[in-house]
Amino acid sequence: MSQKSLTIALAGNPNSGKTTIFNNITGTRQKVGNWPGVTVEKKEGIVSKYGYELKIIDLPGTYSLTPFSIEEIVARDFVLDECPDVVIDIIDASNLERSLYLATQLREIDCKVLFALNMADVARTRGIKIDADKLSELLDLPIVFTIGNKSEGIDELLKKAIELAESDVDTSGKRKVKYNKDIENSISKLRSFIEKNSEISLPYKTRWTIIKLLENDKIVRERVLQKVGDQGRNVIQEVQIHRELLADRFNDDPEIVMTDERYGFIAGILKEVFTTITKQRIDISRNIDLVLTNRFIGFPVFIFFIWAMFQLTFSLGVYPMEWLDTGVNWFSVSLDGLLPDSLLKDLLINGVIAGVGSVIVFLPNILILFFCIALFEDTGYMSRAAFLMDRIMHLIGLHGKSFIPMLMGFGCSVPAIMATRTLESEKDRILTILITPFMSCSAKLPIYIVLTGIFFSAKAGNVIFCIYFAGIIIAILAGRLFRSTLLRGADAPFVMELPPYRVPMVKSLIIHMWDRSKMFLKKMGGVILIGSVVIWTLSAFPRNIQYSRDYIAEINSVRASYNTEIIAANGLDSQHIEKKLDAAIAELEMARKSEMMEKSYMGRIGKILAPVFAPLGIDWRGGVALLTGFVAKEIVVSTMGILYLAEGEGSNTLKNALLSSDMTPLSALAMMVFVLLYLPCIATVATIKQETGSFKWTLFSVTYSTLLAWVAAFCVYQGGKILGL
Amino acid sequence: MLLSEMKEGQTGIINRVGGKSALRRRVLEMGVLKGSEIYIEKYAPLKDPLELIVKGYHLSLRVEEAAQITVEDVK
Repeated sequence: MSQKSLTIALAGNPNSGKTTIFNNITGTRQKVGNWPGVTVEKKEGIVSKYGYELKIIDLPGTYSLTPFSIEEIVARDFVLDECPDVVIDIIDASNLERSLYLATQLREIDCKVLFALNMADVARTRGIKIDADKLSELLDLPIVFTIGNKSEGIDELLKKAIELAESDVDTSGKRKVKYNKDIENSISKLRSFIEKNSEISLPYKTRWTIIKLLENDKIVRERVLQKVGDQGRNVIQEVQIHRELLADRFNDDPEIVMTDERYGFIAGILKEVFTTITKQRIDISRNIDLVLTNRFIGFPVFIFFIWAMFQLTFSLGVYPMEWLDTGVNWFSVSLDGLLPDSLLKDLLINGVIAGVGSVIVFLPNILILFFCIALFEDTGYMSRAAFLMDRIMHLIGLHGKSFIPMLMGFGCSVPAIMATRTLESEKDRILTILITPFMSCSAKLPIYIVLTGIFFSAKAGNVIFCIYFAGIIIAILAGRLFRSTLLRGADAPFVMELPPYRVPMVKSLIIHMWDRSKMFLKKMGGVILIGSVVIWTLSAFPRNIQYSRDYIAEINSVRASYNTEIIAANGLDSQHIEKKLDAAIAELEMARKSEMMEKSYMGRIGKILAPVFAPLGIDWRGGVALLTGFVAKEIVVSTMGILYLAEGEGSNTLKNALLSSDMTPLSALAMMVFVLLYLPCIATVATIKQETGSFKWTLFSVTYSTLLAWVAAFCVYQGGKILGL
Repeated sequence: MLLSEMKEGQTGIINRVGGKSALRRRVLEMGVLKGSEIYIEKYAPLKDPLELIVKGYHLSLRVEEAAQITVEDVK
């Protein structure tokens, strides 16, 4: 017998303990994805309980169902369009009044609502007493007490939810907010206007639709016009008349009056169910904030936390990163030994494993970073960080919360861009994603070190600092520019709750960390695999290159001549001679690789692009190195090593090669500026695509940053030349 | 008196919430509406935003947003 299936949606304010309850119900059987078309996280899980298959949907945490933010639109649309069998509204008992605002809106939609009165134990210690029976009676809905972090009341909650789903109560008769006489009058007049005309069939329930239209809700208005057609326009016109009437009567917009009235309705309920004992209570949260948002030590503590997060992510993360790197190398070497030489082997080792391997090594950093971010979010510190930083970030037209992703950008853009998920406004998110790559990531540092070491030896540190600083300034300027053009509109208002501090639950931290990492592995895998193969193909083909020298013959003759020398030396000094042999062979190999690179498609592209790079003082070899940097910025240095014919490894010889090439300190500076700004690596591009969910924005990000890089490098090089540097 | 002019540790009663429609409604929905009692907990180290207590929870607002709100009975 197949089980009957029910859909249960969890609604509630942010910080109401909703996610904890969701985690307790579903455990590890949860699926994380995105809501269609938007980058709001969608969590769902399926559990079998009491003979039912329960599909649990975790709606985004919202304070209301007025469609301001994507979260609210997503939550409301789900309740309206998917009609879940039951909506469980999770009410934070110590925040009853504000929680009830969302509840009144859910009630208005006419769905079956059940209250989970969460954390009543905490509320009790704060001197708050709630008469749940009375509340249940007044609102005419079932209430279950839960303590999310101790998973108390969860079974009871599900049992009640099933009961409610199976009952055939008529929700339309349930007690709802009654507005004042004038508004109710308008509602009933509009209702009879609509009912008179049989052609009008509204997309949603009549009373709710009228209320939303009176509130000037754009989304509902559009849907009415879509569904009802010409008659819809009449309805809208009629509503407009009533809106003006009401606005005149109250000297204020109807939606404002109605918000007021809902709170009035709530105040009436509170009077009967809510008592506080005004005792001098000790508020731990306030005490913690005495330190953490303190005028003098708030910032130092914040900087310390950020420093600690950086250290953990990028210093502690180095060890597992090295293990993974060793593992990837070992895998690649053993595959090298196992397979016969072939094109497929080359593709596997130098294309697939090298490419995917270079991204997989970031996994430890991502795990640690997301653990830290989850810790910040779950304890409640994240909103304090935003509170501290908002003044500064507001200068760029961004929300205080944008600070964390931008800062992470100095480590690696991939987790940084993933961290923009903590931002609520879509525009803020895109803006932050667009400027985060200018925060010079750690993979660019080796390039700076090599180039400054060679061309600016004494002033290397200062030059690198200036490059980093230039990145920040350009990010700020770009941010302001985008805010006033493409992403116009005021930044998200800073109306933000500072929730009480909570001890985080290990389970939810781990779920959080793992979800994000899984997403990284899954989605990155595809794009990076393809990208690596493309880059490999470009540098490995054509196969039959006409070499200018017969390297194989030369290597063989060198080997032969050394071998006779070794025999002649008769065991004496043979180690020394072998070393010389190895060096001689390596030199030839390098020359061969360099020529192969030059004659590959990649090299040809580099030569075609040479005129593009010439005004920047970069020759075709630098150009190719920059192109290969699309796979990962670290590769720029190794490609330069191959192309500038460095003998052996280590930058000492690259130094001689570069110094004897056409490169000057000025062109080195231009190249560094280019590296700072040009298109990010393939992993970052894939992340941008994933997080913006838009091909257009990804393309834009790649194009504008590369154009900007070219222009900036051009100005540096040509400007420097004019100044006679 | 404007909310943005209040000092740390003062209490007041909200008189009128102004501002652009969307922001204004958001502020109202968060419980900052006529008649609500508010307490100024603190200003951020850089003097913006500010933290206040309303309806038993802590809320932060930018000073420019708070400048749209008038309060009375400030103590």
